[in-house]
Amino acid sequence: MWEDLSVRIEKVDDYRWRIPREGKMRTDGMVYLDERMLNQIRQEQSLLQVKNVAHLPGIVGNSLGMPDIHWGYGFPIGGVAAFDLKKGIISPGGVGYDINCGVRLLRSGVERSEIRTRIKEIVDALFRNIPAGVGSRRKDLKLDEAQYRKVLLKGAEWAVKQGYGLGEDLEHIEEKGCIPGADPDLISQKAYERGRAQLGTLGSGNHFVEVGYVAEIYDQALASALGLSLDQVTVIVHTGSRGFGHQVCDDYIRVMLRAAEKYGIELPDKQLCCAPIQSPEGENYLAAMACAANFAFTNRQLITHWIRETFEQVMEIGPGKLQLQLVYDVCHNIAKIETHEVEGRKQRVCVHRKGATRSFAPNHPDIPAAYKKTGQPVLIPGDMGRCSYVLVGSQRAMRETFGSTCHGAGRVMSRHQAKKAARGRAVARELEDRGIYVRGASVATLVEEISEAYKDVSDVVEVVHAAGISKKVAKLKPMGVIKG
Amino acid sequence: MGYELIDHTGDLGLKIRSVDLKSLFCEAATALFDVISDLDLIEVREEREISVVGMDNEELLVAWLNELLYLHEVERLLFRDFKIIEIGEGKLKGTAGGEALREEYHIIKTAIKAVTYHQLEVRKENDGWSGRIIFDI
Repeated sequence: MWEDLSVRIEKVDDYRWRIPREGKMRTDGMVYLDERMLNQIRQEQSLLQVKNVAHLPGIVGNSLGMPDIHWGYGFPIGGVAAFDLKKGIISPGGVGYDINCGVRLLRSGVERSEIRTRIKEIVDALFRNIPAGVGSRRKDLKLDEAQYRKVLLKGAEWAVKQGYGLGEDLEHIEEKGCIPGADPDLISQKAYERGRAQLGTLGSGNHFVEVGYVAEIYDQALASALGLSLDQVTVIVHTGSRGFGHQVCDDYIRVMLRAAEKYGIELPDKQLCCAPIQSPEGENYLAAMACAANFAFTNRQLITHWIRETFEQVMEIGPGKLQLQLVYDVCHNIAKIETHEVEGRKQRVCVHRKGATRSFAPNHPDIPAAYKKTGQPVLIPGDMGRCSYVLVGSQRAMRETFGSTCHGAGRVMSRHQAKKAARGRAVARELEDRGIYVRGASVATLVEEISEAYKDVSDVVEVVHAAGISKKVAKLKPMGVIKG
Repeated sequence: MGYELIDHTGDLGLKIRSVDLKSLFCEAATALFDVISDLDLIEVREEREISVVGMDNEELLVAWLNELLYLHEVERLLFRDFKIIEIGEGKLKGTAGGEALREEYHIIKTAIKAVTYHQLEVRKENDGWSGRIIFDI
């Protein structure tokens, strides 16, 4: 099956393409792409992966692909699938290795002109204060067992209680920074060990902290409601649950390989291994995943605290003037139990979002009071040289995609190809010439993360905006970046 | 015999060939640390015993490599010398020799976050064994 890349696909409109149900598929696939993107990804296996997901028991609605879709383990990255709580399954491959990898956006009371001459100082200080890179570890944050368990149980709330951040931050995090139902007893010793020194660190790969500014506003009313204005300084944090989440994923893939056999679930690909949601294996994974998700929320909260401290030190101004406030924090690798309207009736489903962002409409009960009228803020980071976007969720997303949208740019070059493309070039220097000061934990990271290695995030965002599954609010441009 | 890299958009893979199953596992481990670091700079100063379980050869390969990766991440060990003592009936026993990472001396070329089950393959060929494995990086 893997070698057969031909997937039958029908055009619905300029941004929607259906993979019609056939063979043992239980539903249609639906991908959100423009024609050019479709032609690019036809050569990949990701459309086949959308099709494979449609085979899984208890799938509700379509097997979905967002415009940043690319090949992932079992489930494509940029994939969304919802499952009936009684008949459906839960799969670690539908969440990904970096459980609750996500993005948060801070706005500030400072304008771009005020930091332009100090950006190097700020970035260098961020680089010192936030450990980044391979196996990065934090020496000053020692957790005893009881505290560690609290991190897993309480998430960002634990961090705020310890003085890392403000109470109001919690309101502006998906799920208020804590996925309920976490059970630390289900976490392996290995996951504990891998996570222990990594809490409060950025990690490697595409994870980053980016200082930027609001470069363009598409909807003034929405931008004002989100507290965003032209030239305002912003900070984006992109990281997840580090080695802790990876270990949880690996532990439970092993469990699920056996569970799939035990429950007689027929899989078109081994990596889709899963268990019924209502089985001991399924319930245990959800409770372990919640621990990893809460680890990630805590991680981003701690990093936020150190960002605030760094700005205060370098700028020599107090928090009152700095006003580094949390706009929002979204998960983009997660499975959530949510209520959605399916064929006219409300239904509890388990929504897998793997490389996809929640995009809830205005007035949804799960979004904070400040955003009831705007819809949930959706944060879409681009590569380090281009730009990032702020959008809001929409009713159409509720109707079509279980309130989901894209999550980022998606790679187009392998790391090896990127290295080749960047050979002989001074990547940091090129970026600096364009007004972006970058510090990477290694030269290799910068080279592997060059802009050309990614799709242009603007194209991705254009599709979700035009398809109506989220709405553009503002564009952010980078000034300084620390990369893991 | 030996290994070649499989280039992939989001990830990195290995194709390994060897004369027998035991040496295939050793080749895979050597390739893993060749990708992570510079093997020539690693000295064998300590040895670890490794035991893992798995339903089949494929799962054993992932478990073996993930165990090495775990020791690398948590104890900051770099390995270069591998022996498989026994393999079969869902169990593997082996040893890995290497040393702790010296920051100023060793280099880390690639951070591998996990060994995955994607397109995983361990196969008996006419003239030996072959394997395919993809890393999450």
